[in-house]
Amino acid sequence: MNLEVENLRVYYRTLAGDVQALDGVTFGVGDGEIMGLAGESGCGKSTLGNAIISLTGRMKYIEGSVTLGSAELPIWDFDEMNHHRFNDLSIIPQYAMSAMNPTRKIGKMVGELLDSKGVRHKEYIPELKRRFELVGLSQDVLNMYPIELSGGMKQRAVMVISTLLDPSLLIADEITSALDVSTQKAVAEMLVEFRERGFVKSMIVITHDISILYQVADTILVMYAGKLAEKASADTIINSPRHPYTRLLISSLPEVGVTYTGKRLTGIAGTPPALLNPPEGCRFRDRCPFAYEKCLEEPPFVEIAPGHQTACWKEI
Amino acid sequence: MSGPQNDARDNGEAGLLKLDHVTKVYSTGTFGGGQLTAVRDVSFEVKPGEVMSVIGESGSGKSTIGKMILRLSPISSGTISFDGTDVSTLKRRALKEYRRDVQGVFQDPFSSYNPIFKADRVFAMVKSEFFPGTSGPEWRNKIGLALEAVTLDPTQVLHKYPHQLSGGQLQRLLIARALLLDIRFLVADEIISMLDASTRIDVLNLLADLKGRGLGIMFITHDLSLGNYISEKTVILRRGLIVEMGETQKVFGNPTHPYTKMLLASVPQLHHKWEEIAEGLKVPDSVVIDKEAAAKKTYETVSEILAPDADDSVLVETEPNHLVRFSPEEAREIEPAAVAGKTE
Ligand SMILES: Nc1ncnc2c1ncn2[C@@H]1O[C@H](COP(=O)(O)OP(=O)(O)OP(=O)(O)O)[C@@H](O)[C@H]1O
Ligand SMILES: Nc1ncnc2c1ncn2[C@@H]1O[C@H](COP(=O)(O)OP(=O)(O)OP(=O)(O)O)[C@@H](O)[C@H]1O
Ligand code: SF4
Ligand SMILES: [Mg+2]
Ligand SMILES: [Mg+2]
Repeated sequence: MNLEVENLRVYYRTLAGDVQALDGVTFGVGDGEIMGLAGESGCGKSTLGNAIISLTGRMKYIEGSVTLGSAELPIWDFDEMNHHRFNDLSIIPQYAMSAMNPTRKIGKMVGELLDSKGVRHKEYIPELKRRFELVGLSQDVLNMYPIELSGGMKQRAVMVISTLLDPSLLIADEITSALDVSTQKAVAEMLVEFRERGFVKSMIVITHDISILYQVADTILVMYAGKLAEKASADTIINSPRHPYTRLLISSLPEVGVTYTGKRLTGIAGTPPALLNPPEGCRFRDRCPFAYEKCLEEPPFVEIAPGHQTACWKEI
Repeated sequence: MSGPQNDARDNGEAGLLKLDHVTKVYSTGTFGGGQLTAVRDVSFEVKPGEVMSVIGESGSGKSTIGKMILRLSPISSGTISFDGTDVSTLKRRALKEYRRDVQGVFQDPFSSYNPIFKADRVFAMVKSEFFPGTSGPEWRNKIGLALEAVTLDPTQVLHKYPHQLSGGQLQRLLIARALLLDIRFLVADEIISMLDASTRIDVLNLLADLKGRGLGIMFITHDLSLGNYISEKTVILRRGLIVEMGETQKVFGNPTHPYTKMLLASVPQLHHKWEEIAEGLKVPDSVVIDKEAAAKKTYETVSEILAPDADDSVLVETEPNHLVRFSPEEAREIEPAAVAGKTE
């Protein structure tokens, strides 16, 4: 089942005004596609991921639609979305590891979660154990408290639990960021394997680490300051990006296998604009070495080659 | 501007910081009955103007080494010396002097910073502790220079609380605080991983500038690509044991210990997929504990797949400025003479 997001706008209500964290985004995720979502801290990645599944707290739905398969999701209605969450689409929130209730054993937590979904949890325990084993976790984990698990074990457990009902879409928010390289690889490969085994159909994998996305994602969507900058195949984003932000970002990353004697990489000068009162026009304008008058108007996010979209006046 | 990675050939200069057979044993368990050896017999030295990367999985003992250098945690055996002086003997005045020379910056800038202090207050505390005699204008000038070195605009950061600054700004502010002390050695413990890709490189380049000014740096990370960019020397740590060390270009260019190979094979590269890299970095079957896991599709970490190094294993110099840990049998085959001499 594919996901279609159409002109989605979600703000945060604050005393100072609305934070325009997700400002009209349109994109699709194909059936079976793993889409990576990248961009710097505060650009709205988690807001986008959360908006598709549960608008909570200060999040304010402004406009737009989210369609999964043929059904439009009532994302503005938290209770209504309860029928979909965990069944059709699931999220592993950022910081899920530290958010686990420390006084509940893993097994008990899963039981409660399934019960709350009106599923007889006993029926799912054998499958849960089978999947735990598959990812190298022993059944004993069910009798353990979250603090007894290492970071990597926790992420594996969370992955298995969130996909137990074989949702169509999984949103995984920064699940590899707190891990060391070898654990990162293990968890990232698990994402692909879960799709291969049909535990989940499509995925949105959120991370600021674009090199992980090159390894596991089919496509990469790059966000900048609440808007979409570029979407293309992972290969295109890494090897021939067109948006100036993506280009500067990729060229600022150090790599192994390169000798840097006498060579220096450069970062992107400046910082993204505040989203409370973002400037008109292209939001990357202040930092963009190619900016010109036209950039005072907002560039549309359009297709520049098959399967390749970007929002930059220079490129369209 | 010099490149981040200088040529690492031995320039004959004396080591600034030297670790000699350093071991750390923590007491564990409720009554301290258990023991955990976090660092085992570690020896290396860092010269002025040199960056040494210390790389390893989570729990390999990286931070423990940093804490021992900073005198935040006592050494169980062995010695750490700075400028030829045994650091563990330092008391009062001498210790204070040491802290002017050697400082640490840690992973999470938000937690190492008191949230209720504005940046200027933090600097004022440095003044009252270390520079009570410095005049106001002179001190402001000093702050100006330190902030300039980390490319921060004083008017933008000084009157702010930590939560009003970005992670990159805060991290640079902490480095500036260390610079105020005219330090000669910096322990940088995972200071980059919290930062965004676009600010990471700025902080790395800042470190490169500092070493250009003669600072010695121990750069702790689990991210091999950062270590490769910034350091002339690399130590690969596994379960507290050095398994491979030497010139960065040699360790990365000719990785020899299976653990180093597997770590390198885990790095998400930008232009090569994991499958491609794995081919070139195969490890011998004999060191694989879990054959099935290594074969494919399991989600185990390097340490779970790879057999641990034997207690009697030794570091052998396989080429100039490149040491690798081997079992005594392997070592004898490679270099019979080395085994007797080097039992680090
Ligand atoms: N509860 C909130 N109230 C007000 N503003 C918020 C709130 N949560 C997030 N924001 C703002 O919305 C913007 C987007 O935040 P979001 O968490 O989506 O970013 P992100 O891309 O996930 O960043 P990170 O990489 O740091 O996780 C940021 O500018 C953030 O400051
Ligand atoms: N104060 C302590 N008491 C007991 N054990 C400790 C203490 N500090 C660290 N350890 C243990 O020592 C080992 C090494 O820890 P250390 O923090 O040095 O690892 P690290 O390489 O810095 O890991 P990370 O990448 O996760 O920061 C670990 O097994 C850890 O659990
Ligand atoms: S629209 Fe203009 S400012 Fe924005 S990225 Fe393109 S060239 Fe730069
Ligand atoms: Mg986020
Ligand atoms: Mg550490």
